[in-house]
Amino acid sequence: MARKKEEVIPFSSITVDDAQYKTILIKKYENRKKWTKKDESILSAIIPGTIGKIYVSEGDDVSVGQKLLVLEAMKMLNQILASVNGKIKKVHVKEGDRVTKEQLLIEIEEKITK
Amino acid sequence: MSLKQKSLDLKKRMREALEGGGTQAIEKQKSGGKLIARERILALLDPKSFHEYDLFVEHAAKDFDMDKKYLPGDGVITGTGTIFGYPVCIFAQDFTVAGGSLGYMHAKKITKIMDHAMRMQVPLIGINDSGGARIQEGVNSLAGYGEIFYRNTQASGVIPQISVILGPCAGGAVYSPALTDFVFVVDKISKMFITGPEVIKTVLGEEISMEELGGAKIHAEITGNAHFYAESEQECFEQIKKLVSYIPWNNTRKAVPFLKKEPKTKQYNIDKIFPSNPKEPYDVRDLIRAVNDDSDFLEVQERWARNIVIGFGRINGETIGFVANQPLYLAGVLDVDSSDKAARFIRFCDAFNIPLVTFVDLPGYLPGIDQEHAGVIRHGAKVLYAYSEANVPKITLITRKAYGGGYIAMCSRHLKADFVFAWPTAEIAVMGPEGAANIIFRKEIMEAEDPEKMRQQKIKEYKEKFANPYVAAAYGYIDAVIEPIETREFLIHSLEISQGKAEISPKKKHGIPPF
Repeated sequence: MARKKEEVIPFSSITVDDAQYKTILIKKYENRKKWTKKDESILSAIIPGTIGKIYVSEGDDVSVGQKLLVLEAMKMLNQILASVNGKIKKVHVKEGDRVTKEQLLIEIEEKITK
Repeated sequence: MSLKQKSLDLKKRMREALEGGGTQAIEKQKSGGKLIARERILALLDPKSFHEYDLFVEHAAKDFDMDKKYLPGDGVITGTGTIFGYPVCIFAQDFTVAGGSLGYMHAKKITKIMDHAMRMQVPLIGINDSGGARIQEGVNSLAGYGEIFYRNTQASGVIPQISVILGPCAGGAVYSPALTDFVFVVDKISKMFITGPEVIKTVLGEEISMEELGGAKIHAEITGNAHFYAESEQECFEQIKKLVSYIPWNNTRKAVPFLKKEPKTKQYNIDKIFPSNPKEPYDVRDLIRAVNDDSDFLEVQERWARNIVIGFGRINGETIGFVANQPLYLAGVLDVDSSDKAARFIRFCDAFNIPLVTFVDLPGYLPGIDQEHAGVIRHGAKVLYAYSEANVPKITLITRKAYGGGYIAMCSRHLKADFVFAWPTAEIAVMGPEGAANIIFRKEIMEAEDPEKMRQQKIKEYKEKFANPYVAAAYGYIDAVIEPIETREFLIHSLEISQGKAEISPKKKHGIPPF
């Protein structure tokens, strides 16, 4: 019964509407990913693959939707597009490179227009 | 040939077919702690009740030298039998025959027994243990899967469908179990995934074992794909038998009633379950056991979304579907997973004429960016949909907290609960006293000399005035405020009164629930 379990189970608490409730956290809740604001000016590989053609080089002006490079993965030639307006700060890969998931590809210096 | 010779000939043919994949394959299967297909059926069904059909079915594939291969029964065993005398249709894939791979005739055998289950209006049990599509049979094996999925969908809500995963079940094959009502898995034996560890490694460069990717524990605890988890095949069969005893044969019947039995009140004393502080947890399963027959409760999805408890029990001999917030885990909040879990169960009970009893004690929805982004709006809506749509008897008991949207969702009067009861400890309010006081008295608290003291005072005031069942009772949203000890008696009476409930739903092809 509940009474006995209380002695062995590590209780924690959660807050709903300013009130704290004593409870047990479930694994999925504890392992949930913390949200971070996505930095659109940093492009990383979403999937492991090989770098195909690179269309831009350092110092180039780019605008949203412009082709930056081709990432060959899962037998597909994936076009990687700019998601911000700005200037290419650095290209971290060269054609033919094999990249892993999350590997940094291109940094853009974002131009804030008003 | 004389009659005797013909009889001997039949015996010889049967012996060949019953050998399955041969000694070597059988030994391999057994060394993995697994039973072979026919043993599984015999272990599950009543003794001597199994009648096998289509034993002599053979594949007709020609490509890749398949015409030279004899696959006994084409790798699947089908038939009918009984569990506690209740009729069932059953199929079991035989991994010892070509890895249980699904070819055209294999699928034909399965769809034939499915059609039979539909015509006879009896439950269908499928034991899955297969390497997947029989590649040599090409597009015909894909056709086979499609024919099975179609029948699973047509049968949904007409006859109960049970899937038992006793081996690999990968790729498209996973979708038949996913379309059925209850999925059983066994530790170290069940493996389910769309793309296996090898593909994941090639494509994503990520290494993971089959067990970590789609083992029994993963589906029982993380994905929610499985409804029952067992340590061994034998335990799994016991769980299936128990489930079958709780559910009706089809959607035109009620579950077969049992003899009424009193709860074990010494073990589950309703007065001792609840802590006096409403913020302290307790195990709501103790409350369910305290009110139902023999304190026997079959929990469904015990390990997934533990913040809500669902399962079957009996009151006065009749099968009841219980839905209860579980303060022991995550304070019993509603969130993406618990909404999903409750909604599907409610719809099962409604489809199969099982009355619903709901126990309410929740502070609201789980706050969090991850929850909002995971779609708690559309998942949460499933609970509202399922309760509003259900027209089986719906009885609700509010034991402690029923705040805000959580109050509405948990089968409130407004979603057309037939009876709503509350204990004197119930707190039915738009939100918890702390949150409400902070909003309503924001100015007074801010301007006070001692804001914290003022805050506490206002919380106390709000609590006294609103944190009770009487405001809701004054509007008739609660039918009766009852003592905890009276709970079973009120449940029995309200369920008896609801026996003849006839609520006609609006005519429609089907609704569009927020899946």
